[in-house]
Amino acid sequence: MTKIRVRFTKHGAIRYIGHLDVMRYFQKAIRRAGINVAYSGGFSPHQIMTFAAPLGVGLESDGEYMDLGLEDTAPDTTAIMDALNKASVPEIRILSVRILPEDAGNAMASVFASAYEITFYDDKKVLCPDKNTIKRLLERCSLLESMIYHKETKKTSRDIDLKSFIYSLYLKDDDEDKPTVCMTINSSSSDSIKPGFVMEYLCSLEDIKLPDNSLMITRLDMYTQSDSGDLVSLGDIGVTS
Amino acid sequence: MNRDGLFLSNDILMSVEKPERYIGHEVNSCIKDPEDIRVRFVMCFPDVYEIGMSHLGIQILYDMFNSFPDVWCERVYSPWVDLDRIMREKNIPLFSLESQRPVREADFLGITIQYEMCYTNILQILDLSHIPLTATERTWDDPIVIGGGPCSYNPEPIAEFFDIFYIGEGETRYRELLDLYEESRDAGISREEFLYKVSQIPGLYVPSLYDVQYNDDLTIKSFTPVREGVPAKIKKEVVKDLDDTYYPKSPVVPYIRCVQDRVVLEIMRGCIRGCRFCQAGELYRPVRERSVDRLLETVYQMLDSTGYEEVSLSSLSSSDYTHLPELLDKLIVECEKRKVNITLPSLRIDAFSLDVMNKVEDIKKTSVTFAPEAGSQRLRDVINKGLTEEDILSGSAQAIKGGWTKFKFYFMLGHPFETDEDIEGIGDLANKVAAEFFELVPRDQRKNGPISITVSTSFFVPKPFTAFQWAPQCTQDEFIRKAYVCRGGISSQLNQKRIHYNWHDADTSVIEALLARGDRKVADVIKRVYEKGGIYDAWSDYYSHARWIEALDECGLSLDFYAYRERSESEIFPWDFIDIGVSKRFLYNEYTKAKQGIITQNCRAKCNGCGAAVFDAGICPHAAI
Repeated sequence: MTKIRVRFTKHGAIRYIGHLDVMRYFQKAIRRAGINVAYSGGFSPHQIMTFAAPLGVGLESDGEYMDLGLEDTAPDTTAIMDALNKASVPEIRILSVRILPEDAGNAMASVFASAYEITFYDDKKVLCPDKNTIKRLLERCSLLESMIYHKETKKTSRDIDLKSFIYSLYLKDDDEDKPTVCMTINSSSSDSIKPGFVMEYLCSLEDIKLPDNSLMITRLDMYTQSDSGDLVSLGDIGVTS
Repeated sequence: MNRDGLFLSNDILMSVEKPERYIGHEVNSCIKDPEDIRVRFVMCFPDVYEIGMSHLGIQILYDMFNSFPDVWCERVYSPWVDLDRIMREKNIPLFSLESQRPVREADFLGITIQYEMCYTNILQILDLSHIPLTATERTWDDPIVIGGGPCSYNPEPIAEFFDIFYIGEGETRYRELLDLYEESRDAGISREEFLYKVSQIPGLYVPSLYDVQYNDDLTIKSFTPVREGVPAKIKKEVVKDLDDTYYPKSPVVPYIRCVQDRVVLEIMRGCIRGCRFCQAGELYRPVRERSVDRLLETVYQMLDSTGYEEVSLSSLSSSDYTHLPELLDKLIVECEKRKVNITLPSLRIDAFSLDVMNKVEDIKKTSVTFAPEAGSQRLRDVINKGLTEEDILSGSAQAIKGGWTKFKFYFMLGHPFETDEDIEGIGDLANKVAAEFFELVPRDQRKNGPISITVSTSFFVPKPFTAFQWAPQCTQDEFIRKAYVCRGGISSQLNQKRIHYNWHDADTSVIEALLARGDRKVADVIKRVYEKGGIYDAWSDYYSHARWIEALDECGLSLDFYAYRERSESEIFPWDFIDIGVSKRFLYNEYTKAKQGIITQNCRAKCNGCGAAVFDAGICPHAAI
């Protein structure tokens, strides 16, 4: 069995599709594309398929990953990419297909961090901080030793020091009126935080309460950590044919 | 419209359960340029998306309409209760999934009516679309509202909400209707004049063109057209050759898991059996089969275009499809290659079907299902269920020998002429199957565990166009008493620990009977229930029996009249103006034979002259015309 890694986007209306349904979508897209995918044994065989960190409902992405097992020993990665794109809806585009080395960890296990771009929905932006405020907040933040965020879920509440999970955090340098915050944060299965936590924390420094559903979030890419500790894009692993 | 071309804002989509229900954009959904089309047809299933998307009829018509270059067919389903509330609060109109535009802007709103308990959802759809509920209050600014599907065979309780009903199979007359619509709009004629012209098209019923008079005892005195040239009878439409018609080669593939998450292949239409309680068995006569070659060609195209991992063969009684062995032989080989599962609902349990099930299913996970519908042979003869105790016990014995341990039995309580002994026969039959297991499988060979039998009963609802359309329905109290008799019959059995019993509730069954055999006066009840907040009545969580009883009282109508009363032979039924081919005389004869416990042979064994031969199609012998 050969393993390939598929990088894909998720944009527009399709961002309201949940992670499990994206998986179901690909199970069918792979069949429509006629890809020679490997199946597990048993009475109801399923495709050998692994996804990297799930993307929340409402978020968009340029850097989603899916690993697939193939029956072919020497798959044609360009042909697979074309076939998958043809079988896909316009909101999901396949950006790359690579053959993984045998010792590569799977997409789910190896994901360590994600990069995001965050801005505000147009209909909410007047209630959100402007570009100068965001700039000031980010500067304040960079001087802090720790960033204690109080996380509350239905059952539990606990304090997290966001600082140890943030690998980069800055204001995007563009000509837009609206601020766009760029961040790379931990999204490993054990220690992940959400980009919304960071935005809430930032705003809390000046007692700004963000309105509900105001954040427009795009995941740019996902990374694994190399032996030397560097972040390597999941899409840079493996080779094309 | 938000930045993604969606009708609902991000705020709303993020605050409702399963926003995927409202965004469209599915694989194979049809997008057309509004500039290129003349008619926008919005097709509706008045229930939640996951139910509506599973319906084959809409898939067939969606495919047909979109094959017309001048027509764009879109879909809409009932917004779930959470979105319903938001739409009312914010006065947001209902929109179709493809164009994400208001339904009210469409030329037609077609509503498929599959079960009576969705009637309040029809009002929800109209109301949220900002279309007047009453057809006569509509103008050209509103779409033409047209109904179809099994419940349109007695459209009277919902007649005032519809401009047109399509009686019969949708493949045949829509093109004529659309052409007439385009001509009429070009000519600038009134909506009333257009509807009058519609009434001239066979199979199309325009309720506003008929007048109903009642007798003092509330039964119908007369049902007459109010205008010259409007037909007094409407004959159902039938597709004569199922190989030469529309079938969706590329059905829409939903993102969310729907009830029917697979390719559905309709192998035949109609049923040869003639069970006396069964409406579908009469409505869809004559039996017509699709050819194996066309079915295989179709199913492979559908699998290629959708990527589904499962295919389900659909019909009222798949074992009666004459080419089933040939079809399955070929399908099993190809599906194994493609790693596609096959599911076979409505199979009669015998050596052949068990062999097939063994090939396509995991015995440990699946169960063997019987639907004897009645517990005793006497009552099975009354209802003309051509299934003998010997058939059941030999089927179950073979299944037991084959390794199956899970068995399901479906029965109905409250059949006409039922006695308590018939009901007690249910426990008896289940016990015999359990006894077979302990006899046939020695203790040391019970590797799949002991046998487990589930007995489910529902309550009988008399339906139009059946032999039992004259029959009284049991009252709720009587239904409950019967369920206790059934439970008692089971718990007195030796193997009662292996038999699990559950029954359907009686509340909805009597309301279903009211709606199934109701007349035009029942429309007020439905409207009042809706005004009191009733929607999703088919969902037990949202059904309120009190609301229906209250509305009945307010309208001065009663279940005694609509549900519990036996009709006389000469009574005019609200649905008598519809001609399904099968004659009222034939059905009354069936009712008489039921009383006497005399069976009627199936259509393949012998033609019984029901009248469906007028369609000159399928199984019907030409000589019988």
